[in-house]
Formats: sequence, structure tokens, C-alpha cells
Amino acid sequence: MDFSIIQESWPIYLDGLITTVWLTVAALVIGLLLAVPLAVIRVHGGALAQAPIRAFVYFFRGTPLLIQMFLIYYGLGQFEWMQQSVLWSLFSEAWFCALLAFTLNTCAYTVEIIRGAIVATSHGEIEAARACGMSRMLMLRRIILPSAFRRALPAYSNEIIFMLHGTALASTVTIVDITGAARIIQSRYYSPWEAFLTAALLYMCLTFTIVFFVRRLEKHWQGHLLPERVTDFE
Amino acid sequence: MFTLYGYGHTILAGAVLTLEVCFASLAAAVLLGMLGALAKLSPQPFLSLPAKLYTTVVRGIPDLVLMLIVFYGGQMAVNSIAEKVGYEGYIDINPFIAGVLTIGFIFGAYMTETFRGAILAVNPGQMEAGRAYGMTGLQIFSRILLPQMMRHALPGFGNNWLVLTKTTALVSIIGLNDMVQRAALASGATHKPFVLYGAVAINYLLLTSASIILLKYLEKRYSAGFSREL
Repeated sequence: MDFSIIQESWPIYLDGLITTVWLTVAALVIGLLLAVPLAVIRVHGGALAQAPIRAFVYFFRGTPLLIQMFLIYYGLGQFEWMQQSVLWSLFSEAWFCALLAFTLNTCAYTVEIIRGAIVATSHGEIEAARACGMSRMLMLRRIILPSAFRRALPAYSNEIIFMLHGTALASTVTIVDITGAARIIQSRYYSPWEAFLTAALLYMCLTFTIVFFVRRLEKHWQGHLLPERVTDFE
Repeated sequence: MFTLYGYGHTILAGAVLTLEVCFASLAAAVLLGMLGALAKLSPQPFLSLPAKLYTTVVRGIPDLVLMLIVFYGGQMAVNSIAEKVGYEGYIDINPFIAGVLTIGFIFGAYMTETFRGAILAVNPGQMEAGRAYGMTGLQIFSRILLPQMMRHALPGFGNNWLVLTKTTALVSIIGLNDMVQRAALASGATHKPFVLYGAVAINYLLLTSASIILLKYLEKRYSAGFSREL
């Protein structure tokens, strides 16, 4: 194996790394912001409000991310009215379609994660809040959501990593992320091992960085749930 | 609409291929997962360390990148070996085999974790009793461990299966003519990508929905005799 190719072409990988990171972060942040109100409606809303959210979650969790991205990127171009709308300048861009697909996908999974965490709120906490005379919104803001976020963290950290890995699919719609960079190098030098192993290494570094920070966050937020540290009295 | 502009039967044939990829990868993943779990729990570090490395590495790399490594890298490795042996022609790696091997390899790592947890959930006294009766290792595994760990493994197994079925869409990228690739070709000819990819999405929904129903039934069956956990 000859890794001097990589030394020469590191700027492509750097660009790819930046693209991967911003796609992941943007999708996760927008997806999370959308998911919180949707999860609350999914738990507390009426049947009529819940139905569209159920359908949304069912579709995006039941189909492959690749298909969702193709439906948005290739599929919408089928419609005449879409091509004439003002939004077409956005929808004809690969990065926008990829970001939209990633955002909707992570949003659907996150709704389920937060919903599960809200449902698991201990009944006593809610009773106590009610006894204190809190309104529904206040209770949600001060009691239910803060404790739900803590419970949701382990599952959400998995979702972060799934999303990071999911962004590799962006390379199939002409975007040069880490995987896209590797595909360029592999076709330019016909050196699949060097090209893809470098990409794999970059993804592993990103993954373990995320795992490290989430662990610290978990320790900080869930310290009260961890087993008590035994101190010696001598 | 229902015939999908004449491409309905092609997509259906692709769906059959997708199912084949699903089940072949599942078989590989279960085998690897069982071996991985037993290796990871082994007291011998030369068995448990590689298993730990395997599960860690796989969780750090996107499935698409792993698939490209196996497909392109494997192609190169096979051909350089063939050249050294004296073979003159060029060997093409079958995308079906590359896809199944990669998906099996990836989900083998997830199954390792699932099975490891399930094995740990079985009371060790049960295995001891088996040993006391003079059963061989294989007998203990098949008569005592396997039937009891099924109940604990099923929820995780079901999740892995659902993710696995969706991952099979990636084999289209390395050139297998599964339903995703057939939809791509058909939409090139008909200019109706939304309808064709939509049909593929519905097929995947049917597959995942049927799986969920079946898994619920199995979970109920295997937890017969145990109190419902909330």
C-alpha cells in the first residue's frame, strides 16, 4: 500500500471532513429542534394531531435513508409544478436535498426516542408538579422535559453516530463528503485500499470523539443515577 | 399506476433479490454474532480481544464505506492473488457476495453485542447443572444456553433485523440490480422517479411492517411462562 497518494491529496479529504461535519451537525440540530415539539404533541396531543406525526415517523423509520434521499433529490424533479416553484432553486441542489432527507430521518427517530423518555417519566414527579399548582406548560418545561432529556441521552447518542454514518450516503448524490473524497481518490489513482481506509479512519476518529464527549455529558447529567462511589474510611 | 409504467414486474423481481440479500446477510450475521459473542465472553484474551476489536471497529465506520472497501479492495486483493498464482484473466467480484459479506460482517458485530447480553442473562447455574450431567460443550450450548437466551436476544435481534433490511438498499451502489437500482434504471427511461422510488419505499414499508408483526408474535411465544415485563 502506498499512502503517499493520501499525503498529496489531503486537501480533498479535509474538504470532505468539513462537509461531513456540517451536514451531520446541521441535520442533528434542526432534526432535534423539530423533534421536541413533535414528541410532546405525540404524547399529549389529541388523536387528530397525533395521526400525521405517527405517519411521518412510520414512513421515515420504515424505509431506507437512501430511498428517502432519492425521493427528494430525483423524485421531486418529476413534477412540473415543482420545477416552476420558487423553491426549485433549493430543491435542485444536491446539498439541500441531502440535508433535508437527513434532517427528516433523524427527526423521525428522535421523536420516538424523546416520546419514549417522556412516557417513562415517573408518575410521582408529575403528581408533585401538579400539587405545586404548575400549569401544563410549566410542568413540561421544568419537570418533564429536563428529566426526559437525561433519560433520552444514551439512545440519542446512538442516533448521533447513526446520523454521522448516514451522511456517507451524500456521496451518492454528487456531494464530496469524506466518502465522496475517498471515491474521487479511488477512481483517480485506482487505489481502493488507501482511499477507503483513510476515510474509515477519519470516520472512526469522529465516532470516538463523539462517544468520548457523550460519555462526559452522561456523567454530568446522570451522575445522580450512577451507582454510588464507595469511599474508604480508614 | 399499478403496473408502474410497465416496470412493475422488474421492481418485483428486484424485491425478490433484495429479500435474498436480506436473508443471506442475516444468516452470515447470526453466525458471526454467535461466534463473536462466545469469543467475547471467553476468558482467553486471544479470543476476546479480537472480538472486542471487531465490534469497536465496525461501530466506528459507516456501512457504505465498509461495503466499498470490501467491493473495490476485495476485487484488487483477489486479482493480485490470482496474478501471483499465474491466472491471466480478470476476476470480477460478484456484488451479491460482496454485499452479503459486508452486511453480514457489519450486523455480525451488532449481533455479537445482542447475543453477549442474552448469554449473560442466562443463569450460570443452568450451565453448571449441564456440566454436572456430563454434557459436552455443544450439548450445553444447544440444549440449555440457546433455548433460554432466545427470549433475551429477541428484542435486540429484531432491531438489528429491521436496520439490516434497510441497509440492503446500499447494495445498489456497488452495482447489484436490486429493486433500488431497477427503480433508478426505470426512472431514467420513464422520467417518473417519484412514483418508482415511491414504490420501492412502499415495498420496504411492507417488509418492515411484516417483520414487526412477526417479531411481536415470536417475542410473545418465547416469553411464554414468564411474567410480562413492563
